[in-house]
Amino acid sequence: MSLRSKTNELRKRMKSAASGGGDKAIEKQTAMGKLTARERIVALLDEDSFQEYDLFVEHAAKDFDMANKYLAGDGVLTGTGTINGYPVCIYAQDFTVAGGSLGYMHARKIVKIMDHALKLRVPLIGINDSGGARIQEGVNSLAGYGEIFYRNTLASGVIPQISVILGPCAGGAVYSPALTDFVFVVDKISKMFITGPEVIKSVLGEEISMEDLGGARVHASLTGNAHFYAESEKECFDQIKTLFTYIPWNNGKKAESFQPKQPKSRTFKLGSIIPSDSKEPYDVRDVIKALADESDFFEIQAMWAQNITIGFARVNGETVGIVANQPMYLAGVLDVDSSDKAARFIRYCDSFNIPLLTLVDLPGYLPGIDQEHAGVIRHGAKLLYAYSEATVPKITVILRKAYGGGYIAMCSNHLRADFVFAWPTAEIAVMGPEGAANIIFRKEIKEAADPEKMRLEKVEEYKQKFANPYVAAAYGYIDAVIEPRETRKFIVHSLAISKNKEVRLPNKKHGIPPF
Amino acid sequence: MSENQEYEIMVIGDAEYKTLLTDKYKHRSPYVRPKASDVTAFIPGTIREMFVKEGDKVEKGQILLILEAMKMNNRLEAPMTGVVKQMLVKTGDIVSKNQILVVVK
Repeated sequence: MSLRSKTNELRKRMKSAASGGGDKAIEKQTAMGKLTARERIVALLDEDSFQEYDLFVEHAAKDFDMANKYLAGDGVLTGTGTINGYPVCIYAQDFTVAGGSLGYMHARKIVKIMDHALKLRVPLIGINDSGGARIQEGVNSLAGYGEIFYRNTLASGVIPQISVILGPCAGGAVYSPALTDFVFVVDKISKMFITGPEVIKSVLGEEISMEDLGGARVHASLTGNAHFYAESEKECFDQIKTLFTYIPWNNGKKAESFQPKQPKSRTFKLGSIIPSDSKEPYDVRDVIKALADESDFFEIQAMWAQNITIGFARVNGETVGIVANQPMYLAGVLDVDSSDKAARFIRYCDSFNIPLLTLVDLPGYLPGIDQEHAGVIRHGAKLLYAYSEATVPKITVILRKAYGGGYIAMCSNHLRADFVFAWPTAEIAVMGPEGAANIIFRKEIKEAADPEKMRLEKVEEYKQKFANPYVAAAYGYIDAVIEPRETRKFIVHSLAISKNKEVRLPNKKHGIPPF
Repeated sequence: MSENQEYEIMVIGDAEYKTLLTDKYKHRSPYVRPKASDVTAFIPGTIREMFVKEGDKVEKGQILLILEAMKMNNRLEAPMTGVVKQMLVKTGDIVSKNQILVVVK
């Protein structure tokens, strides 16, 4: 056979293997409002950058008549490409081929591209759209999942791992996304659960739709399993592309530097965002935007545990990870969910050399039986652990209240913040003036002719004496008390001066964080 | 965006803070003190078999019923010596977690 005819044969084989589950299955996929696996990869990666591998891999199942079945690419596409010019390894499950079910060779393809990603030290993106384990392949599909989870764990903190849920992702399959750094979901398309509605109905007699059980909105707002929520696949891909501008390829690198830009200071004025009464709310995202280059803030988990705000921004062209109490929700308290949310983000930033900027304004931990019984002690401790352990540059700005345990937890000097700045409006105290006065002056208040008048006087007295940044500054717990309008200048300077920060923690295999 | 929000009051450390409440916070379930006399389902499942009826005298630790859950037959015991005051389920019932099944007094 001539080269030409052999080339033609290759083309024929490629065409057949790249056709997925055939026209009918593709039609069905499209009717669900979903792109095909190939279209997704093309839409996400830079133009013409996708290089595919293992297109000719075939399944190895023998039982249940599987030997006679052909499954194109065994239901998953794998390869490499670029996003904004950054190299990535990628796989996308093809729901049109046997429902994207995971069999032995399907898993082998995924595992192979994961090994590549880890070896080449480039980010890994997994697009999940699968009915789950391929039942006909029995324990081999379980083995496949296990191999994926193991590699997710090894790669954790070494290369960025991103999971995109664009279809069902059920049973054991959900644990791969759960082990990765960021999970992206799309309304009406993403579905994640351990046990589906049918099992729940048969065991409990409770009826629930897939959407209500594990739809995109549920995971973005209720469970916290998803980090980014989009209305469409296109919006989701745009979010991923934006994320890649903020993070480095691997833990040996720093995020890319951009041209420094000024914040939109006419829209976001630091001097007028925060009400002086510490019991009045405001949107802390406005403060972040007043500090960030071009006032761009890329928020993570925006719909879950809104009492803490996390995300990326650039300051003077450099990526920073921001953790901020959000007084607009639940007065900005720390609780089980917000501690969990912030702690994991801090560990992400620390793993990938992203400096941390913490903005503090909180009355403390959320009181309540439900919180205590949900283990707020253990969950709250995650935040202390994550901040203490982090060795990236840590800059803290105390905007207003910083009371009690909340003050310590929010990257205080004691947890080794490199720089702690406080606005003149800062109140750093063991508790709020009302609570403190009621305890300290209990006797005076009780015995006064007019207890309410005495109480107010004592609250005012405590406020004057302790509700300010100067007591903490007198002990050196605050490095500088600064005017709000100087904040960005101080942050830029601190970041520049911390570039070569080096901290060595005691030698250990790993710590034992409270998770 | 903050101007148009309907703020509520949250009390922390004797101070009243104006803020928005999250759905999860609003929907948290109130605390109910467990009673020593109640036999509850510790796991959702199905009542498979019942060994006592209302009015029966029971010894502490005596098996009252079988609650099948996750393919396991769980034996639920009397929490104290006394009389079965109420049987709130029957064989075949599907019960949810923490549901009261039997009251012993």
